[in-house]
Amino acid sequence: MSDIRIIPDPVAAGVAAGWKVTDAANLGADQAMTADVVVIGSGAGGGVTAEILALAGLDVLIVEEGALRSSRDFRMKEAEAYPTLYQESAARKTADKSINILQGRTVGGSTTVNWTSSFRTPEPTLAFWQSRFGLKDYSPEALAPWFAMMEQRLNVAEWTMAPNENNELLRKGADKLGIPVSTIRRNVRGCWNLGYCGMGCPTNAKQSMLVTTIPSALAHGARLLTHARAERFAFTGDSIERLELTAMGADGVMPTGRKITVRAKHYVLAGGAINSPALLLRSKAPNPHDLLGKRTFLHPTVISSAVYEQAVNGFDGAPQTIYSDHFLHTSPIDGPVGYKLEAPPLHPVLLSTTMQGFGEQHAALMQQFPHVHGLLALLRDGFHPESNGGSVGLRGDGSPVLDYPLNDTIWDGVKRSLLTMAEIQFASGARGVMPVHEQAHMYRTWGEAKQAIAELPYRTHLMRVVSAHVMGGVPMSGDEKSGLVGPDGRYRALRNLSVHDGSLFPTSIGANPQLSIYGLTARLASGLAEALTGKPAPRVAA
Amino acid sequence: METPRRTFLKVGGLAALTLAVGGGIYRATHPATPQRFVLDGEARTVLEAIVPAMLAGALPPTGPARTAAVGATIEHVHAAINGLPLAAQKEVQDLFGLLALAPARRFLAGVPEAWGQASTAQVAAFLQSWRLHRFTMLQSAYFALHDLIFGAWYADPSTWAAIGYPGPIKELGV
Repeated sequence: MSDIRIIPDPVAAGVAAGWKVTDAANLGADQAMTADVVVIGSGAGGGVTAEILALAGLDVLIVEEGALRSSRDFRMKEAEAYPTLYQESAARKTADKSINILQGRTVGGSTTVNWTSSFRTPEPTLAFWQSRFGLKDYSPEALAPWFAMMEQRLNVAEWTMAPNENNELLRKGADKLGIPVSTIRRNVRGCWNLGYCGMGCPTNAKQSMLVTTIPSALAHGARLLTHARAERFAFTGDSIERLELTAMGADGVMPTGRKITVRAKHYVLAGGAINSPALLLRSKAPNPHDLLGKRTFLHPTVISSAVYEQAVNGFDGAPQTIYSDHFLHTSPIDGPVGYKLEAPPLHPVLLSTTMQGFGEQHAALMQQFPHVHGLLALLRDGFHPESNGGSVGLRGDGSPVLDYPLNDTIWDGVKRSLLTMAEIQFASGARGVMPVHEQAHMYRTWGEAKQAIAELPYRTHLMRVVSAHVMGGVPMSGDEKSGLVGPDGRYRALRNLSVHDGSLFPTSIGANPQLSIYGLTARLASGLAEALTGKPAPRVAA
Repeated sequence: METPRRTFLKVGGLAALTLAVGGGIYRATHPATPQRFVLDGEARTVLEAIVPAMLAGALPPTGPARTAAVGATIEHVHAAINGLPLAAQKEVQDLFGLLALAPARRFLAGVPEAWGQASTAQVAAFLQSWRLHRFTMLQSAYFALHDLIFGAWYADPSTWAAIGYPGPIKELGV
């Protein structure tokens, strides 16, 4: 490239040094490949698994539907990032198109585009899994060494710089109201505090799979096949005999017509909680208790915008640094749905497409862009008896679609969280607060907002609901009636399949899930490495 | 005289029927474009009417700058649609095909004039009615137009100065 860049690109350097990377878009003929283990997906679960298995000496092939892009491609432009780095151009939607879903589709998966928020799996979530899903070995104590290993590997640490104004306003308002907040730990090394994590880190500070585990796996002989969409498994008895893949064109939209077949001793599914169950559904995998694709969770997320006198510049600085879990703990975990509060980064496309209305009213809000503040509430779904999430199905062309009905249990949480967010925003000095709802207006006082939020109709397509956390659908459980996968990550009905991604989770997490996936899959991959090699698993380190 | 509610129900029935067959008619009367979205003349005419209503207050008010901005936005919408999965491209194709049918425009969108003659106020009324429509299919069509057009507009660096967005830092040489 003629572009002179001052940031070294470790991925470009690795490719130049001889990493075994194949872009399926360029294949001139069908291919047959073999491996000890094929890892399907290169996100949080796939990246962690690939590194551990490669370090264990296994011949690993990573297959990824997206492209291999790296810091020299990450130009902090929404126009480039969303179509190239996200599933469905960042416009993936639930079946009735009422919930917009952000998921990565690139090497590194969602870790390449996430906002770096790092939380261990909350203890109440693990306690629920132990008591309701028979996951006896999933205690905080048992998992602590795995979280610690991955925190060290990915440099998860306290963020010691001052929060940006967008986050500071969450702290300030919560403090005024006596709502406790804390700082978010982040997986960064030498972060420039730019605020563009969602478009791919331009400085390689974010310790995503793209710059950590995947380079390590490739340096230890693993192979990477990009632009390869996993279509279906073929079975012989209770074993997977082969994986069939479709080569995607360089645009990621049109198949090229080339097919790839991979035969491996073992298969690890890590395509994320929509694509993983979809691959099993297309393959007609054994599903004796009708669990496949069911209980898929989203942390349904709602947004409250506000306008301040001072500049907020929500596009500037580390995107998420302050949070509050207060409203996760005010009721029993299976009581009224609890919610986590965070502040999202605000960029022109993300904000303008999220905000309600059109024409003069929309333009008037956008003209105040630097003064706009955003808060979001992530609802902890999957715990209340009437919060059973959604289900993944297949369209006629085999592509996956998630049906996620929003019911009164969720709407109750939505309403409470909008009240909380508006109160916090007014407490920190907002001139006006506008929940992202088609019939909401800019309210000028807390009293006005309180009354309006209580009276808004809560229905799909009126209340804007989004998600960046897809979980469940291939559940893990100690009991085969509630888990397709056992506590060891093995798919019970197939001898040579493991599932290592967020689709394992029997509920949502109640926190941004990346570190849950890292810790749990590090443990599962280590067990798998021992089972496949008969030797102790390697420990990963930065 | 029929009650307004009854009239609405009749329109509702027509709406459902039109939605069901609109895409089919469109595909039957247009050259086969099996996969990718194609921005044909009719879809362009629909967008030329909708973009000024959606972006009122953001577009240059008059003159060649306005015409150029609408044209550029349509090109960016086109590019965005072509980046969607094929299943979504087909849905968008069907939506524009439907809007281009005169009966659908008249009865479903409530726009009496051909798109090329419709006033911005008429188009804004159509957008507002679909935005809050009781048929979620029409609401989701509104949201598709909303997201495509605002996404195209604010992705363009030429629009950033007007909203006070400085853009990413320049020092990285990007």
